[in-house]
Amino acid sequence: MPEEIKAHITGIVFQVAAKPGDRLQAGDPVIVLESMKMEIPVEMPRAGAVKEIRVREGQTVQEGDTVAVLE
Amino acid sequence: MFRKVLVANRGEIARRIMRACRHVGAATVAVHSEADATAAHVADADEAVLIGPAPARESYLDIGAIIQAARRTGAEAIHPGYGFLSENWRFAEACASAGLTFIGPSAEAIRRMGDKPEARRLMAAAGVPVLPGSPGPVSDIAEAARLAEGVGFPVLLKAAAGGGGIGMAKVGEAGQLAAAFAAARRRAEAAFGNGAVYVERYLTTPRHIEVQVFGDGRGNVVHLHERECSIQRRHQKVIEESPAPGLDPVVKGRLTAAAVKGAAAIGYVNAGTLEFLLDADGSFYFLEMNTRLQVEHPVTEEVTGLDLVVAQLRVAAGEPLPWKQDTIAQRGAAIECRVYAEDPAKNFLPSPGTISRLEVPAGDGIRVESGVVAGSAVTVHYDPLLLKLVAHGPSRAEAIARMSEALDRCVIDGVKTTIPFLRRVLAHPDYRRGAVHTQMVEQGAFNA
Repeated sequence: MPEEIKAHITGIVFQVAAKPGDRLQAGDPVIVLESMKMEIPVEMPRAGAVKEIRVREGQTVQEGDTVAVLE
Repeated sequence: MFRKVLVANRGEIARRIMRACRHVGAATVAVHSEADATAAHVADADEAVLIGPAPARESYLDIGAIIQAARRTGAEAIHPGYGFLSENWRFAEACASAGLTFIGPSAEAIRRMGDKPEARRLMAAAGVPVLPGSPGPVSDIAEAARLAEGVGFPVLLKAAAGGGGIGMAKVGEAGQLAAAFAAARRRAEAAFGNGAVYVERYLTTPRHIEVQVFGDGRGNVVHLHERECSIQRRHQKVIEESPAPGLDPVVKGRLTAAAVKGAAAIGYVNAGTLEFLLDADGSFYFLEMNTRLQVEHPVTEEVTGLDLVVAQLRVAAGEPLPWKQDTIAQRGAAIECRVYAEDPAKNFLPSPGTISRLEVPAGDGIRVESGVVAGSAVTVHYDPLLLKLVAHGPSRAEAIARMSEALDRCVIDGVKTTIPFLRRVLAHPDYRRGAVHTQMVEQGAFNA
């Protein structure tokens, strides 16, 4: 069932590490945020396939924003 | 002395440098990004120049924009602070080419010490102990394996072009080396565009001790004693102090002598710091040299009673160093706590926001170096350091007592801060008896 992955901090999207269709393991990075000189991955909460990526590199996201959706 | 100095930095260190400028009668120029138009360091300056948008690489790291700001305002010298362009030899060179004085060492010294294998080679040649390891970057696994066997496991793999702990990996035994070496090369390549890695002996629970040095450009180098900086998270310091508690006077004498010898060997001018790892048996090894003012310089100022930033300005302006080695003494003890906009309950995740309320402590032996005021925005674009609390006392116990009270009285609303964590460190029995090492935070010694 679809599940939204939310950013756990406010930051700038440094890297989009996955694309729709990718099958990833729990803990794999989906995107990497940059905040205050730190790179912080937003990780897969469980194993599954990425349905949608909702952000692009360079975009600012707020804590709680949806960054990706799992199938 | 300079009539006007441009400060190529932001936050607390920009304000600290401007204070020193006022002390010597120099006018100040701030540079700032669009995000920092109303920042405290801009308000402090006599003049301010907008140099670009919020991202640091388009503003505080833009060499051309900063040189142009200096020219336009008629500044004669540039103080780089720490971070940003402070250890960029091209910036020092660009200042010189533009006829501006770079307040710091020569571009050559910055370049040589910034190349970590080169720094290691130079220091070893000067007789400064270095960790057993590869003499230069290692690019194939066979060579890495041979070196690791010689050094003895565990070993540390480090990115040659790296810093700040990025790309470091501990390898416990020979069987793990091949995979770790490949991963370290990949990470170094991704982070620094250079996959070179070097191999070093890994010390299990070392202390991080550093020595403040100062060269006057006339062949004299003095030291201003040591700082203990073992309390670190993500290889970055959070609490520093001077003197280093319980440091054997014989070892201390060797450390300071090695630091002076190392700095003199490269003809070092202005303020710099040699960082060492101290092993439990009293042996110590050169880690790296920071060719700039350190974040933690106030603890040295408090125990020596000397102003390092004023001395930086004077020496850069061609005046002699105002101190002789035998007059530089440590009086009492000083501690610095770095207050970051980070959530210690969430593994020190950044906590941007707006400071809605700020109450800073004051009183005997308390010094506050703050980059923010009530109403300041703490953005995702820059380092999370908000302010530094510094406590000085006649003894270490007294300094700890003053710092504990300062932490209790410091109120920062609007962002999460490291204050609860700092309180736990100060209250910890191992910290109180000075039994510290660099792995304590990661091992969870101060967890709630």
